[in-house]
Amino acid sequence: MCGIAGLIHRGKSSNVGSELQGMLQALKHRGEDSTGYALYGDTDGKNFIMRFKVGENVGEGSSSIMEDVSVYDERKKIVDQTLAEMGAKVVKEERNLPYSLRYEIEYDTKDLLDFSQRIESIPGVEILSMGKSLEVIKDLGNAKMVCDRYSLDKVVGTHAIGHARMATESGVDIKSAHPFWGYPFSDVSVVHNGQLTNYWNNRRVLENKGMRFMSECDSELIAVYIAEKMRHGATLEEGMKESLTGLDGVFTYFVATKDSLGMAKDTMAAKPLVLYESDDLVAMGSEEIAIRSVLPHEIDTYDPFDGEVKVWQI
Amino acid sequence: MANLKTVSKKSKAQSMGMHTEVLTGRTQQKFFNPDEAENFYYFGTYDVDFNKRTELDVKDMTAPEANKEIDNLMSQGYGTIVIKNPQGKHSLGVGILNKLNLIFEGSLGYFGMGSCDGPIVRINGRVGWSCAENLMAGKVVIEKNAGSCFGAAIRGGDLICKGSVGARTGIDMKGGTIIIGGDAGAFTGFMMQRGRIIILGDVGINLGDSMYDGTIFVGGEIGSYGSDAVDSELTSSDQDWLKRKLKVAEIGENFDVSKMKKIVAGKKLWNYDNLEPTEKKGAI
Repeated sequence: MCGIAGLIHRGKSSNVGSELQGMLQALKHRGEDSTGYALYGDTDGKNFIMRFKVGENVGEGSSSIMEDVSVYDERKKIVDQTLAEMGAKVVKEERNLPYSLRYEIEYDTKDLLDFSQRIESIPGVEILSMGKSLEVIKDLGNAKMVCDRYSLDKVVGTHAIGHARMATESGVDIKSAHPFWGYPFSDVSVVHNGQLTNYWNNRRVLENKGMRFMSECDSELIAVYIAEKMRHGATLEEGMKESLTGLDGVFTYFVATKDSLGMAKDTMAAKPLVLYESDDLVAMGSEEIAIRSVLPHEIDTYDPFDGEVKVWQI
Repeated sequence: MANLKTVSKKSKAQSMGMHTEVLTGRTQQKFFNPDEAENFYYFGTYDVDFNKRTELDVKDMTAPEANKEIDNLMSQGYGTIVIKNPQGKHSLGVGILNKLNLIFEGSLGYFGMGSCDGPIVRINGRVGWSCAENLMAGKVVIEKNAGSCFGAAIRGGDLICKGSVGARTGIDMKGGTIIIGGDAGAFTGFMMQRGRIIILGDVGINLGDSMYDGTIFVGGEIGSYGSDAVDSELTSSDQDWLKRKLKVAEIGENFDVSKMKKIVAGKKLWNYDNLEPTEKKGAI
């Protein structure tokens, strides 16, 4: 079933880590196999923040395996070496869990494709997000468990999207968890509730165009699909509008960039979404109770109609 | 259209686009006999006094706790209950099978007021998906917007949303009336079997898709017609009924019902005839 939530503060920052945790926790009955956060924090915008994993947290139905910590250490060493070879300087390093790391990197490039391909050519290494504001954090368990594990409750920023997953199309592991990074675009992330029925056809076409897939989760297609449109000059909103006909199935999804947040709903309106919109805040989720966790007082909300696409700026 | 006062009950219903299909098989209709009145009751229902009023704050309650407390208050004879701080909780007010004035001071989540038979409900907020599903009788008024599957499978009663509603409003409905003050989403009246839907605003794509019977009235623009949904003549009897219904619903008081469109089932999709599947294809 899955639940998605997102919010964007316009003209100010707020404790988005804690707010999103509350929204996703309110949706935990929609799935707690894994939970993911895409947080757009307040940064000076100089360095890249790379969230990546060197191993898996494995649950039911996953094709991945748990490995010894020494394997993770080896992979980390190779990542460090590769970064040094590319002239990328790690200015800050955090290792939240043996398999999950956060690097702040001084690196001068606008094309992350080559950078990402080299890092991910190391077996067992996957970049969860790359950007100057975006950080994708995802792991098994419900929103509170993941938030506590990665100390997300104090993250301050402008906007965020998140996902509470009930695994259906693929196994329970981090690689299949949302949000998905819009590889290779800096600061682009996607969460999705629904099912895409032309996944394999689209995947084959996009792979032939050089796009990369890390999982077999149909939702990843949305991130790759929109990234490919943007690669050819489309704006976020244009890419999202094209997806209404290019993607087949039932879906409601959110896309976030460094300074915007968007939503799209399929033409059958088969998946839920409740939206609250004011001059300084937009909050949305699969159910109203997600919004109520940040706005407990009486508010006006509505369901966007079928085939609707909306994009807000910070 | 003939004068409603002079026509027989059967032709009155038929002239309004209802009850036109030929039903066969054993009837399941139960006829009320006043001598057996004591046999007609629901287990767990109460005799309540509308003048006995109370308030219930459900802020710190789960939905089952809140519903149990409503039941407890009804058992004490309270006939008017005001619910404070519903805060979008799911499944509030479900399964009420007796008369009751129920007022929600705020919004409900999914499945609010499901499977009810008889209460008069006012929701001073918004409702999520599947509000009043399976409503048998009574009246539910929503002051703001509603989510998808509004009034799914209702069998009777009046369901009124003063704002806009999501997709699949009145899906599979089998009776009763749904009235929408604003716009409605895609697949409104999907597979409806009986009853009537009134939409004062615009409606999305595939209106009345695969409907068996029943009537949909639309005041605004229609995105597209669903399979087997067709236009029908808006009669003076329809207009009289619409005016009366909107007045009772306290909605669209000055709405010009003469401009509304009336949509009914074309009855070429389902087994209304003896055509073979290949012949049916040609007919459609």
